[in-house]
Amino acid sequence: MADPALTISAQGLSRSFGARWAVRDVTLELKRGEVLGFLGPNGAGKTTTMQMLTGNLAPSAGSVSICGVDLLDAPKQAKARLGYLPEVPPLYKELTVTEYLRLAARLHRLPKVQVQAAVDLAMERCGLLPMAKRLIGSLSKGYQQRVGIAQAVVHQPDVVILDEPTVGLDPNQIREIRALIRELGRDHSVILSTHILPEVESVCDRVQIMNEGRMVYSDTIAALKEARDARGLVVGLRRPPAVGELAAIPGVAKVAPLSEHLFRLALQEAPDPTDALVERSVRLNWGLVQLSPAQTSLEDVFVQLTQREETAP
Amino acid sequence: MIFTIAAKELRSLFISPLAWVILGFLQLIMAWMFLSRLDAFLGVQSQLMALPAPPGLTEVIVAPVFGATALLLLLAVPLLSMRLMAEERRNQTISLLLSAPVSMTEIVLGKFLGLLLFLLLLVGLLGLMGASLYAGGSLDLGLLLANLLGLALMAASFAAVGLFLSCLTQQPVVAAIGGFGVLLGLWLVNMSTADPDSPLHLLSLLKHFEAFNKGLVDTADLAYFLLLIAAFLALSIRRLDGDRLRG
Repeated sequence: MADPALTISAQGLSRSFGARWAVRDVTLELKRGEVLGFLGPNGAGKTTTMQMLTGNLAPSAGSVSICGVDLLDAPKQAKARLGYLPEVPPLYKELTVTEYLRLAARLHRLPKVQVQAAVDLAMERCGLLPMAKRLIGSLSKGYQQRVGIAQAVVHQPDVVILDEPTVGLDPNQIREIRALIRELGRDHSVILSTHILPEVESVCDRVQIMNEGRMVYSDTIAALKEARDARGLVVGLRRPPAVGELAAIPGVAKVAPLSEHLFRLALQEAPDPTDALVERSVRLNWGLVQLSPAQTSLEDVFVQLTQREETAP
Repeated sequence: MIFTIAAKELRSLFISPLAWVILGFLQLIMAWMFLSRLDAFLGVQSQLMALPAPPGLTEVIVAPVFGATALLLLLAVPLLSMRLMAEERRNQTISLLLSAPVSMTEIVLGKFLGLLLFLLLLVGLLGLMGASLYAGGSLDLGLLLANLLGLALMAASFAAVGLFLSCLTQQPVVAAIGGFGVLLGLWLVNMSTADPDSPLHLLSLLKHFEAFNKGLVDTADLAYFLLLIAAFLALSIRRLDGDRLRG
């Protein structure tokens, strides 16, 4: 809990709307200088989770702490360290870019003397200087999106949370925004929610996938890329044995649990463990429900996890 | 923080044409009423002089104009207050305020203060109009100040009610009509009773304003307005907090 490198730590976060659980028992940790890709199909609970992380929505259970400050106990101190760009950028269309960013800086309790410098810096980073005096309502969607990002970083927060920041932008703008996010990732922690998988692979250090309100996958991009090169199998077992038992099958080099029921097996050159695996599964009643070549891309992982959930018990 | 939000509200009001239109029209109507009362006063001045205790300029001109302005504000304030929260929610700009280190109380007070400053400007202009009578006669300053205080409190109450209604909905128009309904209800609540001791009189906005209009500053009336304002502001805060909790 007191790890100083942790900028955001959410434990057992849950949220229900009436009888429906939108988010269940989500745990999430982020270190300084890390960019976390936050994936999931529509309606998986990503936005709800982000709203809870930023104090827009009160969790039904669980806790959030930002740089060691509890968001529920000391919301003002915690929120001062947060920058948030929601799905719909919260822009006052009747203000100019400068006026709006000044307001955002003041709302985040930046001292008056620092406001102008902070606004200038944010505009420069987001490429907004030529638009400084324009009304936000008259800007194109791409520039409005940048104003939204500038708003989230103007007070130099420790954590920046961006909800689908590249939606509706053209390819050039997307590249610029991605470069900006990578730059932000150097001195802030960033949580990035998106549907665009290559974006995650190119920008993020770590990826978490949500499905139906639960966190179903969490790994580093580096590990993912490593797995791409290795030969492997993904095995789904209804009643999985201990990991050691799987590893003991001849031909299996390593076992990595993906979730409670899903395992990724890295294979040795020989022998092929597939027959032995199926045979043992039947004999020992493991309840084999899935056996497929290991996923190679994030997209495979995503599809596997978010579709398999229906058939898994 | 309250002042940052209030300043933003005031700026947004003055950017929108609606505020200017309302300000202009009210000023026009107030000036017209003022001049017509002045005209009437000049017409009957000689007869009034014959009375043993003649009513002064203030009584004949200022008080009725203030009374009528209170009614005009009842129509105008819901139009000004309707977008305070409703538009923030509809455009989802509210999340800027919610994710900033600002409490619900500060948000509500800031919004209220922004609108109140605008309304005080309106009331101040009317006060200047009354004070212009100094140029040609003597004024009952106490009566003028009592009227100003009464009108300011009335405007603040309207703003608090309007703000609360705006917290209830995402549609500014619904907030305006709702605010208008509630205010008119509070204004006329004692109409149905002929009994002068009926408790309904205690609820009526008009009844409490009448005292100020006559130049009587009564703590009971002051308390009524302050309680009304505090109650609706507290309800607004609760309502916004409820949004965060229930979603």
